[in-house]
Amino acid sequence: MTKNGMNLTLKVWRQKSDKDKGQIETYQVNDISEHMSFLEMMDTMNEQLISAGKEPVAFDHDCREGICGSCSLFINGEAHGPDRGVTTCQLHMRKFKDGDTIYIEPWRSKAFPVIKDLVVDRTGFDRIMSAGGFISVNTSGNTQDANSIPIAKDDADHAFDAATCIGCGACVATCKNASAMLFVSAKVSQLALLPQGKIEAKDRVLNMVEQMDAEGFGSCTNTGACEVECPKGISLDNIARMNREFMGASITSDK
Amino acid sequence: MALSGFFLLVFLLQHCTINFLSVISPASFNNVSHFMGTNPLVQFALQPVLAFGVIFHLAMGIRLELLNRSSRPIKYAMEKASENANWMSRNMIITGIMIFLFFGLHFYDFWFPELNTKFIMGDMSGLNPEGGFRYFEELQHKFIDPIRVGLYVISFIFLSLHLMHGFQSAFQSVGFRHNKYTPIIKKLGTLYAIAIPAGFVFIALFHFINH
Repeated sequence: MTKNGMNLTLKVWRQKSDKDKGQIETYQVNDISEHMSFLEMMDTMNEQLISAGKEPVAFDHDCREGICGSCSLFINGEAHGPDRGVTTCQLHMRKFKDGDTIYIEPWRSKAFPVIKDLVVDRTGFDRIMSAGGFISVNTSGNTQDANSIPIAKDDADHAFDAATCIGCGACVATCKNASAMLFVSAKVSQLALLPQGKIEAKDRVLNMVEQMDAEGFGSCTNTGACEVECPKGISLDNIARMNREFMGASITSDK
Repeated sequence: MALSGFFLLVFLLQHCTINFLSVISPASFNNVSHFMGTNPLVQFALQPVLAFGVIFHLAMGIRLELLNRSSRPIKYAMEKASENANWMSRNMIITGIMIFLFFGLHFYDFWFPELNTKFIMGDMSGLNPEGGFRYFEELQHKFIDPIRVGLYVISFIFLSLHLMHGFQSAFQSVGFRHNKYTPIIKKLGTLYAIAIPAGFVFIALFHFINH
């Protein structure tokens, strides 16, 4: 280690476009402070690449405070890296040591095709939301105040917990089946638990699950890996709830 | 998967219970075996349902595995799967196939000879040439060979690994998850996954030692 920080070997997935085959390339980065976030280390790597006349590595990022869900890196074999309950932007370099080799790969899923380098297309999640992740409310000016409807504290808390899902896709990335069940179940649950969401509950769960399957995500086999790697701690309770909702809707719905 | 899994969990429990009779009372084992082997309801209603349940579970398991594998066509260069999920949950297809291979030996030992005796030779009496029930001595005879006993023991280890995940996973799949009851189900699943295969192993070793 130099006096300024760590020297690391990075094995980074490079892919020019969605048509390109792509491959792992190796880069050396020097003087990495343990206080840097992982994305700041990536910035340093890109500065070094640019200085050397090479093309920087493309990666998704936005808020850099664990809220937006943009940063999506599979680091050393784990979604968002070795830490728990954090996104990649919240991962700090103190989790690594001088001389380490770090593999940096994009989310791998048929439903998340690579656009470039480490950037994947997660619009499949958007299409699932469009299929039913909403409530239909007349907003013409006389909308009822949501706070005027009594809601049990437990239900409100569980709905809020489900709503903390930021849609980063770590659940898909880490699941051995590339299943999106944790994401979809969180989005089903956040509405199914509240009175406003119960009206369209049957159509919602049927349509969202149908779209999830159409996108090419795998099926859940209850390994629980998604819950472990989820930066927001979304619980497997949501998957069980969605399974109940789905079975009930399948039996009783007119569809 | 879950519904056929529940059915097979019940079947395993009754199979182990009846087999255990061979340890504590050969006469009772003979009587129950004769009943199970000749009762029309068991033979022509429950047995086909059981066969369907096994085949359905296997076929759905293989289909699920193939579909899930196709959901990630490009694998990770580095993946630390053991950091977030246990081996049993990640390898149900391996333990399941090992159990299916065991069925070949098990059917060769018991089911095919039984079908031959009853439906090809037409002997529904359940009696041996000496006039007593044949079931207990046939069971004992199968566990003389140490290699066969070893194969049975290894197969039941795979069954245990399969059940370690399968039991509690079946409840999760049908949406049965509750703060109070899920911890109990998980403990019950572990107990079941140890006790049932251990029971089968004990029975095999008991007859190997006491034949």
